[in-house]
Amino acid sequence: MIPPGYFFILSVVLFSLGIIAFFLKRDLITQFMAIEIMLNAANLAFLALAGSSNFLDAQVIVFFIITVAAAEAAIGLAIVLLIFRKKKTIKTETLNSMKG
Amino acid sequence: MNIPILSLITFLPLAGALLLIFLPKENKNLLYGIALSLAVVVFLVSLSLYFGFDAQADGPQFVEKTGWLGFGIQYHLGIDGISLFLVLLTTLLMPIALLSSWSYIQDRIKVYLIFMLILETGIIGVFISLNMFLFYVFWEATLIPMYFLIGIWGGKRRIYATMKFVLFTMLGSLLMLVAIFVLYHLYYKATGTYSLNIFDYYQMLLDPKLQTWLFLAFALAFAIKVPMFPFHTWLPDAHVEAPTAGSVILAAVLLKMGAYGFIRFALPLFPNAVETFLPVLSVLAIIGIIYGGLMALIQKDIKSLVAYSSVSHMGLIMLALFSLNVEGATGAIYQMLNHGLSTGMLFLVVGILYERSHTRLIKDFGGLSKQMPVFSAFFLVALLSSAGLPGLNGFVGEITCFFGIFAANKTFAILSVSTVILAAAYLLWMFERVMHGPITNEKILSYKDVNKREIVYLVPIVVLMFWMGLYPQPFLRKIEPSVARAIAGIKSATKVFVQKPESVPAKFKIPEGSAGIR
Amino acid sequence: MTDVFWLIPFAPALSSVVLVLFGSKLSKKWVSLQACGAVFLSFVFALVAFLGSLKISPDNFPIVKTLFPWIGAGSFQAGFSFQFDPLSAVMVLVVTGVGFLIHLYSVGYMAHDTGYTRYFAYLNLFTFAMLILVLASNMVLMFVGWEGVGLCSYLLIGFWFEKPSAAAAGKKAFIVNRIGDMGFILGLLFIFVAIGSSEFSAINKAIGQGLFPQALATLIAILLFVGATGKSAQVPLYVWLPDAMEGPTPVSALIHAATMVTAGVYMVARLNLLFTFSGTAADIVALVGALTAVFAATMALTQNDIKRVLAYSTISQLGYMFIGCGVGAYAAGVFHLYTHAFFKSLLFLSAGSVIHALSGQQDMRKMGGLRKYLPRTFPPFLIGAIAISGIPFLSGFFSKDAILTEAFAQGRYFVWALGLAGAVMTAFYMFRLIFLTFYGEERIEPEAKHHLHESPKVMTVPLAILAVFSIIAGYIGLPAVLGEKADLFKRFLEPVIKPPAEGHIGAGTEWLLMLVSVAVAAVGISVAYLFYLKNPRIPHALVARLPWLYKLLYNKYFVDEIYGAVIVNPLVKGSDWVYGHFDLKVIDGALDGSAAAAGFFGKALSVLQTGFVKDYALVFLLGAVIFIGVLLF
Repeated sequence: MIPPGYFFILSVVLFSLGIIAFFLKRDLITQFMAIEIMLNAANLAFLALAGSSNFLDAQVIVFFIITVAAAEAAIGLAIVLLIFRKKKTIKTETLNSMKG
Repeated sequence: MNIPILSLITFLPLAGALLLIFLPKENKNLLYGIALSLAVVVFLVSLSLYFGFDAQADGPQFVEKTGWLGFGIQYHLGIDGISLFLVLLTTLLMPIALLSSWSYIQDRIKVYLIFMLILETGIIGVFISLNMFLFYVFWEATLIPMYFLIGIWGGKRRIYATMKFVLFTMLGSLLMLVAIFVLYHLYYKATGTYSLNIFDYYQMLLDPKLQTWLFLAFALAFAIKVPMFPFHTWLPDAHVEAPTAGSVILAAVLLKMGAYGFIRFALPLFPNAVETFLPVLSVLAIIGIIYGGLMALIQKDIKSLVAYSSVSHMGLIMLALFSLNVEGATGAIYQMLNHGLSTGMLFLVVGILYERSHTRLIKDFGGLSKQMPVFSAFFLVALLSSAGLPGLNGFVGEITCFFGIFAANKTFAILSVSTVILAAAYLLWMFERVMHGPITNEKILSYKDVNKREIVYLVPIVVLMFWMGLYPQPFLRKIEPSVARAIAGIKSATKVFVQKPESVPAKFKIPEGSAGIR
Repeated sequence: MTDVFWLIPFAPALSSVVLVLFGSKLSKKWVSLQACGAVFLSFVFALVAFLGSLKISPDNFPIVKTLFPWIGAGSFQAGFSFQFDPLSAVMVLVVTGVGFLIHLYSVGYMAHDTGYTRYFAYLNLFTFAMLILVLASNMVLMFVGWEGVGLCSYLLIGFWFEKPSAAAAGKKAFIVNRIGDMGFILGLLFIFVAIGSSEFSAINKAIGQGLFPQALATLIAILLFVGATGKSAQVPLYVWLPDAMEGPTPVSALIHAATMVTAGVYMVARLNLLFTFSGTAADIVALVGALTAVFAATMALTQNDIKRVLAYSTISQLGYMFIGCGVGAYAAGVFHLYTHAFFKSLLFLSAGSVIHALSGQQDMRKMGGLRKYLPRTFPPFLIGAIAISGIPFLSGFFSKDAILTEAFAQGRYFVWALGLAGAVMTAFYMFRLIFLTFYGEERIEPEAKHHLHESPKVMTVPLAILAVFSIIAGYIGLPAVLGEKADLFKRFLEPVIKPPAEGHIGAGTEWLLMLVSVAVAAVGISVAYLFYLKNPRIPHALVARLPWLYKLLYNKYFVDEIYGAVIVNPLVKGSDWVYGHFDLKVIDGALDGSAAAAGFFGKALSVLQTGFVKDYALVFLLGAVIFIGVLLF
């Protein structure tokens, strides 16, 4: 069996990649994917924990996260679509209509 | 009786509002028909409260109590002689206010009606909640529809007025919320159980120092709502900008929530603080009476004149309440109803005028009595009721208030009686300029006298004014016993603490000088 | 028989309600019939009750009838209850009797007015309110009548509300009366808190038991008297009454001469035990009455408006009534009230007939020589003038003389002297009025002369009846010298009114005083004759000699102007200033200021909100790192 530590390392790597991708990429879709990667990194960590210590709660949480992520994807993509329709772009540096 | 009447009258309007959402917004007749008939039904149902109410019975009646969210948050409703008539006043004025909007409100009728119905739910809820949480929810819930009523259908400066109104009241109610949390916490600390039941809180004996702060928080919330001097400036703005129905409800019922809060919460919960602050509050009330009267004297806008007269009248009500005797408090409650009717009617009348002229400035009128004789009669009755003319309702309340104030403090009474002169001066002077003299403006010649619809909603108020002035016993008999109990509660609480603090049972000794159970 | 007394007020009330609700559908004839009939019905009830009460022994007064409990809150209890005793009997008869005649007269006077129905609705309502006032058995209910008559007075003074001066006069009357009412309410509260009731019988009992300390009694009496000065137009609150002449003339006769303005006298007489017990308060009443009697008489000397002369005369005569009450001769005060009701309403109605004949002209400079044109108006007018001037054998002589004699007998020589001075002037201005109006050269404007006509029967018959009463009404209250039992009136009132302490004058002095009164009246009339008939140049010469005095009197001592400058203006201007500088600037300023401050800080902080998602995410990341860092290390 693969020791859980490896899973954690993989999770950290994935999460960091997600962060880096989020800050380096400029279009909403890619950033969105980066967020998904981060979420799944967290999922991985939870599952590793569940597998190693028979911790059922962690698995439940994973289910929650998957559901939330699905909902988020649906709404998020819809929003991106609408933004594109309106502004003809999804580059984040052009989107600051919420400026105070 | 097993029918939950209180829940029924509270949530029927809300259900109506929900129903309206699904109706087409173009069909004015249908929308009004439903809203109006619903309001009338609510009024008729609420009448059963009057007949079922037993004045002599102790404690709240028509009680509905079920657990709700836990942690002491219960769905707990009930009325006594104090809230009974305030509920009836609300249910009576709502159909009248709706009827008065028929031609006044021209756009977004559906949304308007929905807000009015939600408002009714909120107001009734405030008067019948016996759980602090529930009370607070309803208290805040009245703000939202009012915010939109002024903000959407108001006059030119409506945004300013509505922001001022909401921010002013929010400031007070947030402090009250904090105070409720503190009470909640203290009660839990003293007894180990969670409760937000107002009757449980009545049993609490608080450290006087703490009482001061809590009382100030409550008092500020209520004083702003009343409004007492110097927190009154939101009122003229709100009134001037609000649509007629909004003004009517605001003046007739919403202001009463403040006075009601005092007698239900602020006074009985913090007897020692009350003792300390009563002189200050009384003086503020007197300043309000005279100041409001003088300001009303020089207003150029009829609505803001009536608004300042409200400040003056509410000052008298508060002063009578603060006299803390049966006569004063009974008079205050009765006067609240009178003020609701007379000021409500004054706003209705000004609304009728506004619909014809699209102005409210006194100088734009003159000689209207000639053109609109029936209207003039209604106006005069409303005015005289407001000025406390014997034979009409205002007098019975006013003289009882004076008596209570006099029994408590002669100087205060002498100062407050000056309202008799001031009220006559500002009201009659306004009446002279608006209704009498030659017709100054040829536009006036095109104004029509009151139509049938307007007569229909004015007549019930006039009838009530005469009834309440000539034969007030059916009202006073139901109000007085409850008031007497409330006053006795406030007085005895003060004495217990001041005279023998050792009478607190050891089990409930105040931990670290904060709270205990009497 | 007396038991029907509680029914007295309701016929006019009912009639008034009907007129208000259905008046527009009723014919003019029916309106007049109903309105007059209602008052007549009241008069019949009053007469029945009065005749019944003659057989009741004095100890059984007052007869109280509680209709229903009215206000009840804690210890504040007031019933809707009436009481009947000789004093109410007198008042009720005056109100309904004179009231009926004036209603009748109005049918003719108001015949061509567009507000005919409204007028009678108000007049009936007034009668109702006045009857409540005099029948109430407690002060709270009395206050209902008290304010009710004030309201009707407001409505009727401002009856022709299109006229700005009429509207203003109505408003002024109401507000000035309210100042007095404040005193009334406070007096009422003092009584109620002291003895726990406001029933007149309870008050009298409490005085008997000594429940009132002397000082408190004085305070209460003075407060109530402030109310009386408002309603009965005494110094310093008399200013509304002259302006009240803007109303239709029958209204002036009914409300502002015969009934409402005497409410204050009635109240003082009703509470005579209180005033007598206080002593000081009674002295003040007498003094204010005497001052008013003279002060108002001087103002009447120079007025040119026929109604204004009568108005000032009314104020002056009310002063006499208060002199009577103040010196302890309450019965004499009420007696004067009763005779005055006849001759003063007679004078007003005759003046109304003159005005009617001249198509609304009220200025005496535009009258003169009317004697021959108004043959049925002139004799009653003359009788009224003789009665008020205090010529023997007419009613005014007996009542005024009773008051002055009593003032002298009680040793109040100053008051007596003022009263006498007032009497000279009364005789003078009344005959000045008669001479200017009915004698001398005609100064009538051609237009008015064209329409000149004697008034219809419905107006002149009431005049004749009132004239008869002005002559004979005095004979029920003959002076004491004529026999122990001559003063029927006084003996009738004895259950209510305690007779004053015995005076110290003999029969000789009393005859002498009477002679002085007559002489004084004669002097006044002769001077008037000299000035306005014999040698009309004298008044002009006097005016030229003493222009400041004339100006002072003609402008009524500038009292209205002084009140305006000292009280009204500062109040309005001050309020305006406070509104602008305090309400709007300080309170609202503080509020708007704090709102602006919050806005400013919000603006300052909003720099942080760039709107770029990445900036937020960066802050988010940093926060998370710091959070984890804190947790780990």
